[in-house]
Amino acid sequence: MTQILIRELERLLGRSAVLHQPEDMLLYEYDGSPEKGRPDAVVFPGTTNEVSRIVKLAAQHDVPIVGRGAGTGLSGGALPRSGGLLIAFTRMNRILDLDIENQRAVVQPGVINFDLTRAVEHAGLYFAPDPSSQKSCTIGGNVAANAGGPHTLAYGVTANHVVALEIVLPDGQIVRVGRKQGDASVYDLTALLVGSEGTLALITEITVKLSRKPEAVKTLLAIFDTIDDASETVADITARGITPAACEMLDGWMLRTVEDYIHAGYPRDSAAVLLLEVEGLMEAVAAQAASVDEICRTHHAREVRIARDDQERDLLWKGRKNAFGALGRVSAGIYVLDGVIPRSKLPQTLRRIQEIGDQYGFRIGNIFHAGDGNLHPIVLYDPRDADQFQRAIKASAEIIRYCVEIGGSLSGEHGIGMEKSELMPLLFSDDDFALMRRVHDAFNPNCSLNPGKVFPLNKGCGETRIRSRSDNHPTPAITS
Amino acid sequence: MPQPRELVTAHPCESVLAPLLEHVRIGGRITKPALVTPSLISTHALESLLNPSRLLVDPASLASYAIDNLIPSAAARPASAEEAAEIVRFAAKEKLAVIPSGARTKLSLGATPIKYDIALDISGVNQIAHYDPADLTVSVDAGMPVAALNAALVEQHQFLPLLVPYYSQSTIGGAIASGMDSPLRNAYGSARDFLLGAEFIDGTGARVKSGGRVVKNVAGYDLHKLLVGSLGTLAVITRLNFRTFPAPLQPSGFLASFSTCEAAIQARRQVVQSALIPLTLDVINPGVARIFAERTPTTPEPAVFASENHQAAETSLPLPGQWFRSNDWQLCAGFAGVPEVLDRYARDLTRIAEDCNATSVSILDATTRPTIWGRLREALPLFRQSSSTATVLKLNVLPARHAQAITILESVANAASLPLAIVARASGTLYIALMPESASESSSETLILMTQEVFALSRSLYGDASLLFAPATIKLHLHSILDSRPTSDLSVMRNVKSAFDPQHIFATLYPNPL
Repeated sequence: MTQILIRELERLLGRSAVLHQPEDMLLYEYDGSPEKGRPDAVVFPGTTNEVSRIVKLAAQHDVPIVGRGAGTGLSGGALPRSGGLLIAFTRMNRILDLDIENQRAVVQPGVINFDLTRAVEHAGLYFAPDPSSQKSCTIGGNVAANAGGPHTLAYGVTANHVVALEIVLPDGQIVRVGRKQGDASVYDLTALLVGSEGTLALITEITVKLSRKPEAVKTLLAIFDTIDDASETVADITARGITPAACEMLDGWMLRTVEDYIHAGYPRDSAAVLLLEVEGLMEAVAAQAASVDEICRTHHAREVRIARDDQERDLLWKGRKNAFGALGRVSAGIYVLDGVIPRSKLPQTLRRIQEIGDQYGFRIGNIFHAGDGNLHPIVLYDPRDADQFQRAIKASAEIIRYCVEIGGSLSGEHGIGMEKSELMPLLFSDDDFALMRRVHDAFNPNCSLNPGKVFPLNKGCGETRIRSRSDNHPTPAITS
Repeated sequence: MPQPRELVTAHPCESVLAPLLEHVRIGGRITKPALVTPSLISTHALESLLNPSRLLVDPASLASYAIDNLIPSAAARPASAEEAAEIVRFAAKEKLAVIPSGARTKLSLGATPIKYDIALDISGVNQIAHYDPADLTVSVDAGMPVAALNAALVEQHQFLPLLVPYYSQSTIGGAIASGMDSPLRNAYGSARDFLLGAEFIDGTGARVKSGGRVVKNVAGYDLHKLLVGSLGTLAVITRLNFRTFPAPLQPSGFLASFSTCEAAIQARRQVVQSALIPLTLDVINPGVARIFAERTPTTPEPAVFASENHQAAETSLPLPGQWFRSNDWQLCAGFAGVPEVLDRYARDLTRIAEDCNATSVSILDATTRPTIWGRLREALPLFRQSSSTATVLKLNVLPARHAQAITILESVANAASLPLAIVARASGTLYIALMPESASESSSETLILMTQEVFALSRSLYGDASLLFAPATIKLHLHSILDSRPTSDLSVMRNVKSAFDPQHIFATLYPNPL
């Protein structure tokens, strides 16, 4: 990247909004995944017009661009795979409009997820997508990744809550898609853009739906002596047509690790716990909680605790939401998977994950959104040991392959990014990639936005821009 | 019931003639469609692609595939997705215009196509491919009727909340391509919220898929969501994956009458702001109330709810007049649950209605509520039955502006002596039917002017409008305003269309923009 471009960017944004010293770049070369990718420069625009002008400048210099929110992503989606310019949206963090009556908010992409809920909770509203990182991740990042969270079981993922976007195309054009007031007309471009991982356009403004807080919530902790009983319980709750607002599982090893750190009151000698939440009208919650309790006991739950107040509820959730922090105490590195399976296949899948862990000699912990079949097996490994890293990648790929084989998917909420791009052929054919590529090119014809992501390297258009990787973090490949 | 196809039946000689849209100017005199020479295609080549019994070329059969006054040269009814793909490959090679169809209940939605060589009838591809009741997911061929799918799901006490108009005939593929919603969207969202994946044929004839069968999935672009409401312009849908839902317990209904629109909308607003989440929540104007009081849908209320008597559901619905006053505005809500929940809904809804000066309040139980649910679902078909030239529009306006929008619409329609039906969903959508009592040149002029008014109104209220159903002669005068989308996304949409359909062989319904 040339000094001329740096100087032009500094002229446009001011020197404080452009970083390019190597030591500064170190802070932007990672996210929450094991991947790395160092930008050549980072810019911090404050307005859509500035984004548009940055994009035009970069295009003149043929420099690729990657958008980034808070850097909490788990698939390397916001890391430049081939250097170039990183646009950090952290300064575009204003809530532009709150329309309480119509339950809509218009926000800039750098608004922190939880800050939006805080801004509307006085009116009994909240922003439903609640990834674990909701106190630090940005809504722009949520949109790019189509983020989920524990409560997406009942309320849907980010895509269900986004109705309109303002985007900047790679030629700098500013376009509005979707509508604040209702259904898309002709083509639902908003639905396409949510989850496109920054490969189609840069998102500069987001119109979201706000949800009404339920009148009553009951949080239950069901404690099991075998993991099979816990997973059979989840399958049975689903099969009986009960939709809890959340249904999270921690296996025995995981809950002990969390308990040692958080002291949430999880019983250390159990094999699995289910954290279940039912929400809605008081009368409906009472009936649902009773059914959930009965199903848990039918499947030999040792105990079912019901949080008596908000404090108890917060404590139970604290264990779940801070679990990843707890892992830092016991392992040098973790590799978090994001496979999805049909919920009817939960018991067999958890057994298979255990076998794969044993086979490769890894401890694999499980803490996940059991209710929607979104697994997060966590492989504990030492990233300083190249051999371990290779084996961790292989074990992970095997788990993901199993998820796909039984009718599932590579990723439920973390995204494909650069981490899982080489696994995409497990799901998609050459014809599928050909159409996805044409749709990609309809927005981003020169691959100047986030090259080398989502598509496997030989199927996308980014490979010509991809530098050879010198680090020891190869993307998992499909091996027989 | 087959849809009115006035021009086709009245003028069979026009069967292969297409209008030249660009020669018709808006606001000019009502003109007959201009006629052009038919496009003749070699049905010979098509015969080699599928069993002759699956290729229709006789005028009588083709007439049933007409869209407005356009009739295709051939209709193909493939037996499999692969056969359908072969036909698309042939069409792509020969640059023939293909329009996919299902039960053809909503084929005339939107603008008149420019060109129509082959009708690709997917109704023969109609099996459930995969159903995992314990996972609440289903994968179904596009040609399967929604009602047949729900009949299979109800066995497992589940259902798909896609109760679209023309329910008993509509195919699942058509329901998605039409983008029609259901009154149940108040609780379940629209198709974009529960469509998990799709298989389809793109404009090159390639069989493509996106999404998957699991309820949560971020692998690849969500191309299937673009198919919702795409009116067959992007791809031929061959299979769709959905999440299914537990059938509601004891579905019930609530009806309240109000003497003013403002009071009815105010009551709806209070329900939205309460803790209640009704399954359906609509306000209907007196025009709709009169139609509901007089007419019964020809399609029976579907037996999708586990607690219902499925035999009884096959009979026609009782008239709802006894529950409301047909000169009033009605708030219609649906709800379900255990007895304590039903009591709560009945109590709170009644209190809200009375606070808003309701003139009458009724609670409908599992036996009587289909009379309202069925009519609400079939509102658009009922409007079209009531007036042979009914022009039906969809207006998206923020709910807070509904009272204002409706008041303006009522006064303009009154001034023009044009009967008007309005369904105002709490989610923001207004369905508006302009219903002349007889077809005449002056009523056509009124329709055109009124439609233009609706589009102007949508803009002034920061909303947007689109035309759903209208007589072909009316459409010709409206084609340049058929959609009031802001234009900044136009070139992107055009690029997306070209990505799916590089040669533009699929239904080109929007002559101006796309």
